[in-house]
Amino acid sequence: MAEVTLTKLNKYFDTTHVVKDVDLQIRDKEFMVFVGPSGCGKTTTLRMIAGLEAVSSGDIRIENTVVNQVPPMDRDIAMVFQNYALYPHMSVASNMAFGLKMRKFPRDQIQDRIKRAAAILGIENLLGRKPRQLSGGQRQRVALGRAIVRDPKVFLFDEPLSNLDAKLRVQMRVELKKLHERLAVTSIYVTHDQVEAMTLGDRVVVMRDGVVQQVGEPLELYNRPANRFVAGFIGSPAMNFADVTISDQGGKVVAEATGLKIVLPGELAARARTHMNGAGTRATLGIRPEDIHVAGAADSPDHCLEAEVEVVEQLGSEILLDTRVGQALVVASIDPNVRVRTHDKLKLALNPERLHLFDPETEKAF
Amino acid sequence: MAVTAVPGMVGGRQPLPWMRKLEDERWLAFTLLLPTAILLGLFIAYPFVEGIFLALSDARVGDPGHFVGLKNFAKLWDDSIFWTSVWNTFWYTAVTTVFKLALGLWLAMLLNRHFRGKAIVRAFILLPFIIPTVLSTFAWKWMFDPTFSVINWTLFNLGFIKARINWLGDPSLAMTSIIVVNIWRGVPFFAISLLAGLQTISPELNEAAAIDGARPWARFWLITWPLLLPVTMVVMLFSVIQTFADFQLVYVMTGGGPANATHLFATYAYQIGIGTGLLSQGAAVSLAMFPFLFLIVVIQLLYIRRVEVR
Repeated sequence: MAEVTLTKLNKYFDTTHVVKDVDLQIRDKEFMVFVGPSGCGKTTTLRMIAGLEAVSSGDIRIENTVVNQVPPMDRDIAMVFQNYALYPHMSVASNMAFGLKMRKFPRDQIQDRIKRAAAILGIENLLGRKPRQLSGGQRQRVALGRAIVRDPKVFLFDEPLSNLDAKLRVQMRVELKKLHERLAVTSIYVTHDQVEAMTLGDRVVVMRDGVVQQVGEPLELYNRPANRFVAGFIGSPAMNFADVTISDQGGKVVAEATGLKIVLPGELAARARTHMNGAGTRATLGIRPEDIHVAGAADSPDHCLEAEVEVVEQLGSEILLDTRVGQALVVASIDPNVRVRTHDKLKLALNPERLHLFDPETEKAF
Repeated sequence: MAVTAVPGMVGGRQPLPWMRKLEDERWLAFTLLLPTAILLGLFIAYPFVEGIFLALSDARVGDPGHFVGLKNFAKLWDDSIFWTSVWNTFWYTAVTTVFKLALGLWLAMLLNRHFRGKAIVRAFILLPFIIPTVLSTFAWKWMFDPTFSVINWTLFNLGFIKARINWLGDPSLAMTSIIVVNIWRGVPFFAISLLAGLQTISPELNEAAAIDGARPWARFWLITWPLLLPVTMVVMLFSVIQTFADFQLVYVMTGGGPANATHLFATYAYQIGIGTGLLSQGAAVSLAMFPFLFLIVVIQLLYIRRVEVR
């Protein structure tokens, strides 16, 4: 049982406040992903959990023990670094054995564990090599192996895939997921890549400027982002935003901007209504590109917009259309078989159930 | 219309025949190496060979002399001052190198940490290295002066000594004093070079080792030291060569005295060759340095190569 609990965790570098009042409970065996743009404090938080950075205020608990003052070696954690941090003068086997030797494990047990970890990762034939004789993907495996042999309470990952090429990254992502299922050890994973966050995480923490924006399961973040930042950060291509005014027009709640008039559907309308004050309340309307399609006969004019195509990006599985709607730029992901060309004028339909509204001041979701 | 390139046509002019020769890589390499070869030959190889001839002759100031074979070396064999200076040179080199390495490494590790004013401290560390050796050595000579010594004054006022210590006048103290000054002068070179080496070692390695359970000493011996070893060896190589052939420091401080107790190869060669005018014997002394130095350098270079291919 290894829960990791962060309570009112803060970190200052000199006067810069990089981690602000982070409260978080990471459950036993959970794969928790910290995601956010660079400088959001996610890596610093991870390094505090590892014991590589001192805590400015607040508590870190591993298994209900406050570890703020416990040195890294006594926290029973293993960490995989962004640049792998393999000891360049040691063979792969020695790299993996290092942590066990330091902990005075008997020799046969060390050999045993190395063999087992190497088998899991498929690196048995690399054990005699030096790190510089390995490819990026192989180094990554060795770094994982070094963590696995320790059999720690918690795995920490600091952007472990960011140095791999795109193809290898996808492959390693899958392997990491399998590995976690197999080992079932509490894992904390830092990345700036929202795809990694969505695919790997049991739950995801989105951070910005040292503040936790939202914690939730991947789909929860995708479907119900708590604020505009999370909405824009999760999902690719990013969500479209348009500044609108919402008003009650004959019992219907309508979001309007130049060239755009959308009637909000039931539940969202109800939520919008509680926020309305007077005739023209300003709001930010959000819709994901994949929730837009080329309008057909079945689409109600209440959720359609007139758009002019500016760029057509044919991706094979979909077409990304960069279009102009009034003043706003709207990206739509449409069926790859639709024939469209630049400067075409067409009617786009929004999926009304998938609309999002945000307060323009607080950026919070309605 | 097809355009065919005419070989050798540059800017429409036909190159001269000797220019054509440079298209052959062997000739080109020869031509490019020639200036360096001439400079090296003129200023290093020629004096060296001349030195060998000198050592095999009985030349003195004002007398070109004749070939006498190994007579000069035979004479050195029976010269007790020569053997003192051989021993001194080895002792001097060994002791100073050990201390320079230890202190330099310690300083480098301190400077490798983050602290306020790091840049200024790093610059100041270099001072002993930047000041012309002769000037700083004169300052040290004053500090070791039996009458005016600030060291004696301090020790006296702190109550550690009752009588003056004659730092440079006592044969055993003189050598130690010179060693101290050499260490003072040499530590910055070690510190800055090793600092540069330390900065190439990713801090992540130490962090990984810390998480792996290595205590600070283990991290130093198992991670930092082996990774720094190639740099350490190169720095030691330079330092050993320089120290082995050191001249200015001893010349200024003691001139080889008292009673020839602090002579090194270089100062003894100077005293015999220039001081007393026995050019051939002086040349023999400095040439005697060559096999020792050669051996040291070869061993170190072989070791560096082994460390680097690891």
